[in-house]
Order: sequence, then structure tokens, then C-alpha cells
Amino acid sequence: MKKNWYKILAVVLLTYVIIWGFLGHIPHQPVLHETARNLYFHVPMWFGMFAVLSVSVWNSIQYLRTSHMLHDTKSSEYANTGILFGIVGILTGSIWARYTWGAWWTNDVKLNGAAIGLLIYFAYIILRGSFNDEQQRARISAIYNIFAVALLIPLLIILPRVTDSLHPGNGGNPGFKPMDSEHTMRIVFYPACIGWICLGFWITNLRLRLKNLEQIHQENN
Amino acid sequence: MFKEIKALIDKEIRLELRQKYALNGMILYIVSTVYVCYLSFRLKANQIDKITWNTLFWIILLFTAMNAIAKSFTQERFGRLLYYYTLASPVGIILSKIVYNTLLMLVLALIGFGVYAIIMGNPVEDIGLYLLSIVLGALGFASTLTMVAGIASKAENSSTLMAILSFPIIIPMLIMLLKISKNALDGLDRSSSLDEILTLLAIDAIVLVLSVILFPFLWRS
Repeated sequence: MKKNWYKILAVVLLTYVIIWGFLGHIPHQPVLHETARNLYFHVPMWFGMFAVLSVSVWNSIQYLRTSHMLHDTKSSEYANTGILFGIVGILTGSIWARYTWGAWWTNDVKLNGAAIGLLIYFAYIILRGSFNDEQQRARISAIYNIFAVALLIPLLIILPRVTDSLHPGNGGNPGFKPMDSEHTMRIVFYPACIGWICLGFWITNLRLRLKNLEQIHQENN
Repeated sequence: MFKEIKALIDKEIRLELRQKYALNGMILYIVSTVYVCYLSFRLKANQIDKITWNTLFWIILLFTAMNAIAKSFTQERFGRLLYYYTLASPVGIILSKIVYNTLLMLVLALIGFGVYAIIMGNPVEDIGLYLLSIVLGALGFASTLTMVAGIASKAENSSTLMAILSFPIIIPMLIMLLKISKNALDGLDRSSSLDEILTLLAIDAIVLVLSVILFPFLWRS
């Protein structure tokens, strides 16, 4: 029970988010109309991605310090979940952009940042695939993980200065808060963020257990 | 420490001069790339957009840098690397490689710029600032790519890896360099580029510190 609280939290919150997200009242907005409900699904993907990727980098640092293989497995599985969240985030965002901005893909700060972040983690997966020796794979992919993320941070600071963003809250666009004067969206959005993050950790947990079982199975044969 | 680095740089230069075909090969690489671009655009002088001129030059430089630096860990045999391992400290090795690659990149970039300016026409209004951007670019490319080359050299398909690992993380640098050189191209007041120059130096500092911290782990494998 102690270990499973976040899974229960994920189920409860996401059930609430899906039901109330589609049925609940939202303030009427000129361009957005009903697509504003995507806020509960698109935006939390990025929070979830940042959460699991931070854990991935943290495990890489821990691996270099201690050389426990467990940290390496964790860091790769958290990175996988991060990629999943990133892809879903881009897909939901792309659909949203098509119906509000009129194009599947725009030259927007956050889109570029997301695309580059995904490129880094695809490269990370390919790097992992090109080693046969476990120890070496673990060490070198940990080094790349730390190196790449440290260079991603200046990029996220630099990019907004190069182009304006169409996203709410950037480039003079207001965020969703002032429009949501009756707090009807806020009461779904915040639980959605927590719920999706918990789901991310749950997915990773399942993958880690599967990996563990596979390893035991291999050792027995 | 400084003595060690100096001796290692000395060794790199001597090695390079001993097998001149490698250096000549790289010079020929950049010259023929410039010529291929020239013929592909079928240029009469100054018919190309300023922005295209600038972007094309930096992309040529990026590819040259990648080819030149990719070999910095693979050209020496495994046994000799082991020998250095017993002699020198990893920090000394990575710093000497970075300094040496910066020098190499400077030579290549300046020759490249000369040829490019002669063949493609030279619309630059502030040559001093443009040369500064080339110097900063050489330093930035060399320091980032040296570390990536170290990572890629441990894997099997290192030439593909070199490209996919370095492209996403070199983007912040490339954006800043394009902005500075664009300012130089338009002959803007130098104080307007100060911000970008400082950002670029900060990124270089991050890369250097990370290389010094992470390389010892890479070296050990």
C-alpha cells in the first residue's frame, strides 16, 4: 500500500480528468472554442516529460558515482517514458495547432525545443544500441545523457529570444489564467498534471519490473 | 599540469605534420565543398541572398568540423591510447585535444572563409566581427565535438553516431554564431552583438567544465 499510493492517485485523478475534462464547463474563447479541453492532455505531457527526464539524468549522475547497474536501467527506462510523453505531447499539440493556428507544424520556440529534445533522446537510444558490453554502454550513455541535457538548458533560454511564440503565456499572449475567471479549468488542469506525472512513473515502474523478470528468466536458462 | 598539456599538444601537432595527407585532405574537403556549393547554386557574383550566403558558410564549416574532429580519438591505435593512459592525466588529455582541435579548426575555417569569399563573393561589411565569430565558432565546435568524438569513438558505427549525437547539442551554438555573423554581415554596431558573444562564451565555459568533469569517466573504459 505504501508503495502503490501514486498508482491509485493516477487512476483516481485521470478518471476525474477524463470525465470532467470532457463534460465540465469551460469559458468560451473566440479561436479555441472546445479545443481548449486539450489543455488537460497536451500541457501535462510536457510536465510529465520533464519530471521523468529529470529522474533519468539524476540516475545517470548516480550511475557515474556508484557504478550500480540498477541506476543505468532506471535512467534508460525513464528516458523511454520521457520519449513516449514527448511524442504524445507533439501529436496532441500538432492536432491542436491545426485547428487553432491553421498548420500542423509552425516555427515556434516550444516546438523547436521539443523537437530538439526528442532528437537528443533518440540519439541516446541509438547510442545505447551500439554497445555490446553492458558496463561500457552504461557509462558512456550516462555521460552523453548529462552532457546533452546540460547543453539543452542554454538552448531553452536562447530560443525564446530568436523567435516569438504563438503559445499562450509567451510573446505577449496571455496564459490561460486570466481567461479562466471562474476557476472551472484550473480545478481540472492541476489534478491532470499530477495524474499524468504519476502515470509516467507507473509506466516506468512496470517496465523496470518487466526488465527485472527478463533478467531473472535469462539467468535461469 | 600546463607542461603536460603543452607536451600533449606538441605531440598532436607533430603527429599531424608527420601524416600530412590527413591535413591536406581536410583542406581539400572544405575547398571542394565550397566549389560544389558554388556550382550547385550556379552563381554569378553576389546573386545569392545574404542570409543564404551566411547559413551556407556555417553549414559547410559544421560538416568540416565534424569530419576533422571525428578522427581525433580514432586515428591512434588502441595500444597507444593505453600507453597515454599510463602516462598522462585524463584532464590533461581532454584539454590538450580541445586546444589542438581549436587550432586545427581555426586553420581550416580561415582557409575556408578565404576560398568562400573569393568564389562566392564577399558581402561582409564588418570583417573584424565576422572573423571574431569564426574564432568563437572554431572554439565552440572544437570543444563540443571533441567530447562527442570521445563518446562516439567507443561505439562501433562511430561516424553515424558522431553526426546524430552532435547535431542536436550543437544547435544553441550554431544559432548564436549565425546571429553574430549576420550582424557582422549587415555591419551593425558591434555593441548589438555583445549579448550573443557573451552567451556563446558562457556555453563554451559550460562545455569545457563538463568535459573536464566527464572525460575521466569516459577515459577509464
